[in-house]
Amino acid sequence: MSNEFYRLTVNGVRHDVQDAWAGESLLYVLRERLGLPGTKGACEQGECGSCTVIMDGEAVCSCLVMAATAVEAEITTVEGLSSNDEPTDVQRAFVEAGGVQCGFCTPGLVVAVHSLLDRNPEPSELEIKEAISGNICRCTGYGRIFAAVEQARDQRRADGRR
Amino acid sequence: MTVINATSLPEVLSALRRHPGARLVQGGTDVMVEVNFNRSSVHDVVALRRVNELRRWHVDEDGRTIRIGAGVPYSEMERSPLRELVPALAQAARTVGSPQIRAAGSLGGNLGTCSPAGDGLPVLSALDAVVHLQSIDGSRDLPVHEFMLGVKKNARREDEVIVAVTLPLLTGFQGYAKVGTRNAMVISAASACLVHDPVGGSLRVALGAVAPTVVRTRQAEAWLTSRISLEGPLTVPPAIAREFGQRAAQECSPIDDHRSTADYRRHAVAVLTERLLLRAVDYGSGVGG
Repeated sequence: MSNEFYRLTVNGVRHDVQDAWAGESLLYVLRERLGLPGTKGACEQGECGSCTVIMDGEAVCSCLVMAATAVEAEITTVEGLSSNDEPTDVQRAFVEAGGVQCGFCTPGLVVAVHSLLDRNPEPSELEIKEAISGNICRCTGYGRIFAAVEQARDQRRADGRR
Repeated sequence: MTVINATSLPEVLSALRRHPGARLVQGGTDVMVEVNFNRSSVHDVVALRRVNELRRWHVDEDGRTIRIGAGVPYSEMERSPLRELVPALAQAARTVGSPQIRAAGSLGGNLGTCSPAGDGLPVLSALDAVVHLQSIDGSRDLPVHEFMLGVKKNARREDEVIVAVTLPLLTGFQGYAKVGTRNAMVISAASACLVHDPVGGSLRVALGAVAPTVVRTRQAEAWLTSRISLEGPLTVPPAIAREFGQRAAQECSPIDDHRSTADYRRHAVAVLTERLLLRAVDYGSGVGG
């Protein structure tokens, strides 16, 4: 395949990516070519997790995915988590528990937490810590983020969404 | 720059023949850092993400070995059933980067990059893994210590792809330990893998991040063999365990760099080796596991 043109499926929508340099990261293509700036970029080397998206069911760093190789993958960004324009349960929990300060790391964390709870509805404290160990927050000190994840977990349990 | 999204092994091999020197990309976690920071360094790319042959593993017919595809992600090695089959590999996999990195990274990438700090490599070395390479002309099987040649240097030819590794399935203790500046998301300052084979009567240690490539501590292993019985459960006097760690550390050749110092690295691998040996003793006596 040559790369004058390729197609990505993001949040269920097929996008044509044209005239892009073939080495562009998925992060760059999402933000700069597809108009999806919810995914944040900071370190561009997989250290910070602010660019986390779900690709074929797994949370990955979009800065480390070569976009031109992500054809045929199902990609979900933070914009695609909610089906009705309302915040998701995880996003609500982050707001209510005070897990958001400057907000830069929040989209990546929200995606990582959705990925965790969809895979493991009853994560322990250690499992929560391990699941978001690749998402760096320099504001909160993480306490309120852990509280938000526990709140979302407990709410899902109460709602019978397990 | 051209990206070829191969969907089968034959496609990979013919692409490598048509594009000599093309970079093979599995998860992208190494290559993309290079691309993001130095756009000019990567030219042709053959992407392996959709090559299903590389993402499978199976226990061989005799039940003694396991063959793990080069593209199997670390996230799969951390989980059952691979976790029970090759515990040291699961432990090493769990220390790689973050869950996001482990969903993408693979042994093929670890071997291809061949960093001395690659977390999977001490496990492959301690288990005497065989690396399977394939080109359009045929295949080669190399012992892992012949495959790893130096810092980011390996024996893969430009027209070859790493397709899988074969590891023995053993019954005794195996463990991986590493030291870094934090618990998660850290590149090893020093690491160690210890494997005890109580049936074959051997105990092997490999050290990471303390030499240009992974070090097998063969002299220390031979010394231990001369001191204690390695068949069945281990009984190791504390003084022997300590000396074993120190002897293992003598076989490495660490450097000072931005992650650590040579002195600390040498100290750390002595401690890690001793600790893993004591864990192996506890495992045999039913204390650990």
